[in-house]
Formats: sequence, structure tokens, C-alpha cells
Amino acid sequence: MQSVKLKVSYAPFVRTKDSIESVMYNVALALAPATVMSVYLFGMRALLVNLVCIASCIGFEWLMDTIRKKPASCLDGSAFVTGLLLALNVPSNLPLWMLVVGSFIAIAAAKHVFGGLGHNVFNPALVARVFLLVSFPAAMTSWPVPFAVDMETAASPLGILKTDGVEAAMKSLDLMSGFYGTMNGSMGETSSLALLVGAGWLFYKRYITVYIPFTLLGSVFLFTAIFHLIDPAAYAPPLFHMVTGGLLLGAFFMATDMVTSPLSVRGQIIFGLGCGLLTAVIRLWGGYPEGISFAILIMNGFVPLIDSWDLNDRKAIHHKKLQTT
Amino acid sequence: MNTFRTGGIHPPESKLTGNSPIEVMPLPSELAIPLSQHLGKPAKPVVKMNDEVKKGQLIGEADGFISANVHASTSGKIKAIKPHPHPGGQYAMTVFITPDGKDEWAEGLECAPADWKRLSKQEILRKIKDAGVVGMGGAGFPTNVKLSPPPDKKIDTLILNGAECEPFLTADHRLMVESPEDIVTGLEIMASLFDGPLKIAIGIESNKQDAIETLQRYALPKQIDVVSLKTKYPQGAEKQLINAITGRIVGEGELPFDKGCIVQNIGTAVAVCEAVCRNRPLIERVVTVSGMEITRKKNITVRIGTSFSDIIAFCGNMSDKTNQVISGGPMMGKAVFSLDVPVVKTTSGILFINNLALGKSMERTCIRCGRCVEVCPQGLAPWLLANVAQLRHFDEIQTLGLANCTECGSCTYVCPSRRELVHWIKYAKALVANRQKRKSA
Repeated sequence: MQSVKLKVSYAPFVRTKDSIESVMYNVALALAPATVMSVYLFGMRALLVNLVCIASCIGFEWLMDTIRKKPASCLDGSAFVTGLLLALNVPSNLPLWMLVVGSFIAIAAAKHVFGGLGHNVFNPALVARVFLLVSFPAAMTSWPVPFAVDMETAASPLGILKTDGVEAAMKSLDLMSGFYGTMNGSMGETSSLALLVGAGWLFYKRYITVYIPFTLLGSVFLFTAIFHLIDPAAYAPPLFHMVTGGLLLGAFFMATDMVTSPLSVRGQIIFGLGCGLLTAVIRLWGGYPEGISFAILIMNGFVPLIDSWDLNDRKAIHHKKLQTT
Repeated sequence: MNTFRTGGIHPPESKLTGNSPIEVMPLPSELAIPLSQHLGKPAKPVVKMNDEVKKGQLIGEADGFISANVHASTSGKIKAIKPHPHPGGQYAMTVFITPDGKDEWAEGLECAPADWKRLSKQEILRKIKDAGVVGMGGAGFPTNVKLSPPPDKKIDTLILNGAECEPFLTADHRLMVESPEDIVTGLEIMASLFDGPLKIAIGIESNKQDAIETLQRYALPKQIDVVSLKTKYPQGAEKQLINAITGRIVGEGELPFDKGCIVQNIGTAVAVCEAVCRNRPLIERVVTVSGMEITRKKNITVRIGTSFSDIIAFCGNMSDKTNQVISGGPMMGKAVFSLDVPVVKTTSGILFINNLALGKSMERTCIRCGRCVEVCPQGLAPWLLANVAQLRHFDEIQTLGLANCTECGSCTYVCPSRRELVHWIKYAKALVANRQKRKSA
């Protein structure tokens, strides 16, 4: 009995089983329906895109850790999620080398330059997507048709809306097929159903709160609804905006990224509103058909400001109390 | 069901001993009674080596306003007065007694039960002070001091804390089931010290249904409320309990009596009853012996000063896998550095655990998940406090509500990055206190 060596450590002596890994792999699990859907819709090529993105993100993570002489974090799940999100945000026929370039941008330029996990200001997968979009606009906007055998491509519903107007766009898409996912678009963003199932899992595990996604979706809905009511011929109905493009993927999986969103409820509501309004503005009047990526990245930039507003409020409260007591 | 408003967590309850009746542990062969078992200055020893003492005899006298008397837990001979390991983590002056086995009460202590209703307030307070009663929940604040708030503070609520929200611990639970009369009497005695209308409530977490029912039977006829509380940690923290029962918020830098409340522990109520009605000083307490690594988990009544190794011998054996022995609960207790440490007035439990997370630094980078902010019962931002503490910006950290932290450990419990948040906050508190001491010196 006395051979037992006692060790002293800090309280508390019980901890949750939650870890960075469990958080990250649960996000990956929540993305599983959308991933399965992407393979179902776009075939084995989609599976290849997923694998290449994940593998190269993990590879670059390992490389950056080695260069920066940091303990290896490549298997903590964050690179896995970044790779998966990047894959779901590109068309399934994108050349593989572009995926590797995108992964490099996501991990090296958007994450490790800022100090690695927890320190990046912008969502790595979105930075990579926007980088690919502005560098290779043609490849990034030629959308394969679901179930196509010969890599047939066509414009996405949002692209048609931008170039041919509301009537053509509404004709090209029946809203229910948009909900199930049989439309042209990035691999993971077409099926609203799969994304909602995944989001349900994140809510159930309490990894995300309702504030960001609901204010984001609500503001897009309201904004587009107002303009649709003013001029139905020039502006598409709000439900069209809900199911098309990367809105749901962005709202539930990208805007809610813990590292790049505000911590307080108040901050999250402002963040969600900002993302929603910017998305709607870019979609209605911007040069690009899709605005969610830009909107989230722009709002990511405001997060330190929103958080410092909170910080100053905290200080003000305690300062007042210190003076009165 | 009542609960506190902000934050809180629900760790596995692990109340392994909730149905084990309290056993009385036989006298050990040696008692080591520390002179500091309370908040404030250590007591002054009033005995010398080789003195014969009787059970309940004063051996340490309260030194100053915030201090408490210490008594001999049995009759015997003083073997030594020297520094000895203390469950608080330091060496402290300790009186060693070799029991003579007779266990004789000191003169004047073994008398017929007194009717406390005939005593004046001063006499009651005097008796509580003489008996060395302190808060037995963990802090060890002298009870007579707590029961005499400054005259300008109007007390309208007296709360008895039966929440016992820490996992594993069941000492208060068993006391509530087994000695409800003493608890209610102790509570009545304390209530009699205050003038004017007084609301009296006993707050019990809903996972102790038998305790709620038992106390309701004894308390309701005496106009004492028994409040069923949601099982949520830290329901038994003073500020949270006040919030759960009265809805009042005890703010930064405020004490419960600023909001008209006084909170007392279950064990303290029993000790008050013993002291006032039976003249008995605080020389024993109920301790939960639990954890995965001890063979016989039980609730035992032990004499103050019994060493942990004697208790291990009484409770079977601890397994070889034990690497930590904790005095108190798993959320706020302290890991002891030696099995020679004795049970003191504030030892609510002794836990034997195999902590797998030991040995390597598990702290990782913050991923800003916000869990700590969500669960903090005091509405603080623990991640921020820990960051600023690590940067050693001790002026800035005070503006972030450092003093408001109750060190409940909820933030550290939930952190997926395994950051030692509450440790960093305690570290900052200690250094801030040191700096202020140096400044005023």
C-alpha cells in the first residue's frame, strides 16, 4: 500500500471526455451526409476530390508543424475538417493540382501564418475557396450536372440568375430538387437536406449555437423577400436563395467555425446579420453570383473588433463595481 | 425546480456511497490535530508536551477575531507539537495525541442536554465560539463570526446548504437522512440569533430525494422551507445557492450578508446543535471515503486528527493504480502529498483515484469554442482571464473580474483543449494578493 506514489495536480480532477479531436471529428461526422450525397450525385470523382483535399491538408499541416518546430497537430482533426470543407466547396471536376494548391493556401497561408489552430482570423477553407475562385474562375464555375456520365457541365442556378434573369433561373430549378440536391453546384452545397441533417447533429452535440446560422439565414430571407415583393420580375423569391448556392453550408458549417466567430451571443447575432446582409447584397447586385464566402470572410475580419467591444464592456462593468465598493 | 441562473455543468454524479449508513470509525493509535483548520490565523497552543488531556479539552485557543478554538479529539497524552503535513498542501503546526483508550470527556462537557431556548444570544454565540465550530463545507470560516454580521446589515434569509453538488461526496446526504432532528435544531438555534422576520430554507439537490422527504417531515412543522434544487454543479456554492433560492445576485466584492443572506453547511448545523445543546466541541465529523481505487467505499464518522492512512486501513485497501488521493471533492478538492495528513474540520471527503491525465502537459491551444463562458456561474470569460494571467498582466486582469471568480472549476471541466483555466486564475489571484500585500507593507 505504501508503495503507491502520490501525485499532486490542480483541481478539478474530473474532466469531460471532450477534446479538440472530438469536437473536430464530430464536425466531420456532421458533414458526412453532405459528403455521401456528393459522391451519390457526382460519382467517384467526388470521392477522389474529398480524399485529395483531406490528404493534402493533413500533409501540409504536418509540413508546417515541422517547419515551425511545433508539436505535430496534423491528426487533431482540424486539418481533416478544413480539407473536407474545401472539397465540399468546389465543383467535382476541378483539376486535382488545383485542389492541392487550394489546400496549401488553406493550411499554410490562412492558418499557420497566423499561428496555427486557434489563431487564424479567417476561415481557412473559405480563404482557399475564394483564392481558387479568383485565380481559376473558369474551372471554379463549370458545374458538373448530377448523375452525368460524360462530365457534362452547366451553369448553376445562381449563375443563371445572374446572367439570364429570374425567369430562366426559376425555370432551370424546381425548388424541391434543390432541397434534395439534384442541381448543379459545388460538391457539398447542393443538398439542403443532407446539410440540415448534419446541422441537427451539431445542435444536438451543442457545438454550435442557433444565433449565427439563424440570424444569417433570416436576414438573407428577409432581405431577398423584400426585394422580391417590390419587383418579382427582377428579384428571385427568398426560397430560391435559401436552397441554392452555398448558403446552408456556409451558415451551418463555415460561419459557425469556433475559431473565426465571436464568442458572445450579442457578437454572434451581429456577425450573423452582417454575413446575411453581405451575402444578399452580393447575390443581388454584386459581380459574383454567390456571396456567402466573401460575406463570411469579410465578417471574419470584424470578429476581433466585435470581441474587443465585448471585452471593453466587461472591463467597464467590473471597473464600475470596483469603484463603488 | 429552483436553480441558479448563469452557467453550470453536470459532471457524472458518482455518488457511490449515497445509501451507505454512517459508520463510526474506532479510535486510531495516534491523532495529529492541526492548529489551523479554519480560515484566518492558526490557533495558539495552550498545552505542552507530555500534558494529559481529556476528550474535548481546549488545546489551541483562537488567536484573533477570525480564528477558531481547537480541541483534543480524545483523552490521552500530548506526544509532540511540531509541523506536520496538512491537507491544505503545506506543513502546519500540529498537536500529536497518543490516546489512552479511555476516551474520557473533559470536566463540564458531559452534562445533561441544555434547553437552548433559555440561553441568550450572547450565550449561544459564546458556546459556538468555544466549541470551535467552523464552516464545514470547505472554507472553514468561523461560524460565530459568520453569525454575527455587522449591525447595519439586515439579515432576512437563512439558508442551509444541503446541495452537496460535488461528485462522489455523500457525507451531508447521509447526515440529512440520519440526523434530521439535529440539523433542524441547529438551524433553529442559528435562526434565533436574528431579529425580525426571517425566511429559513434548506436547499437540497433533487438527486437526494430521500433527504428531501426526511427533512420535509421535520422542517415543515417549524416553518422551514425545504427547497428542491436542480442537480447542477456548483449549486452548493454560496453565491449560486443564494441565487437559486432567493433570486438575489451577490455581486463582485459583496458578501452574502450584503444581500441579507447567510448560508450554513449541513455539518455545521449539526455541530452547532452539539455545541449549544450538548456542550460538545467540534471533535469529529462525517467523511465520505470513495473513489474508484478503494475497496470499501463508505461514510464514516472520524475524530478530527485521524490520519488518511488509518482511514485506508479501516476501509480495506487502496489499489496499486491509485496515483492521487484527494481531500474534498473532485471539483474543488486538493490532492494531498502524503498519506500522513489528518482529517480536519473541513475534510468532507477523501477520494482515491487513478488520474490518467497526469504526467504530461495536456494543455493545448484555445479554439475559442466558448464553452467556458457558457458554463461560468459568475458570468466571467475564463479563457480571457487565463490568457491574461499567462501574460502576467496583473493590472489588466483585475478589470476583468478576477475577484469575482469562485474557483468552482466548471470552466476547466468543460475545456476541450484541457487548459488549466482555474489554475491560472488562482495563480493570478495569489500574485495579485501578494503585490497588494507588498504595496501596503
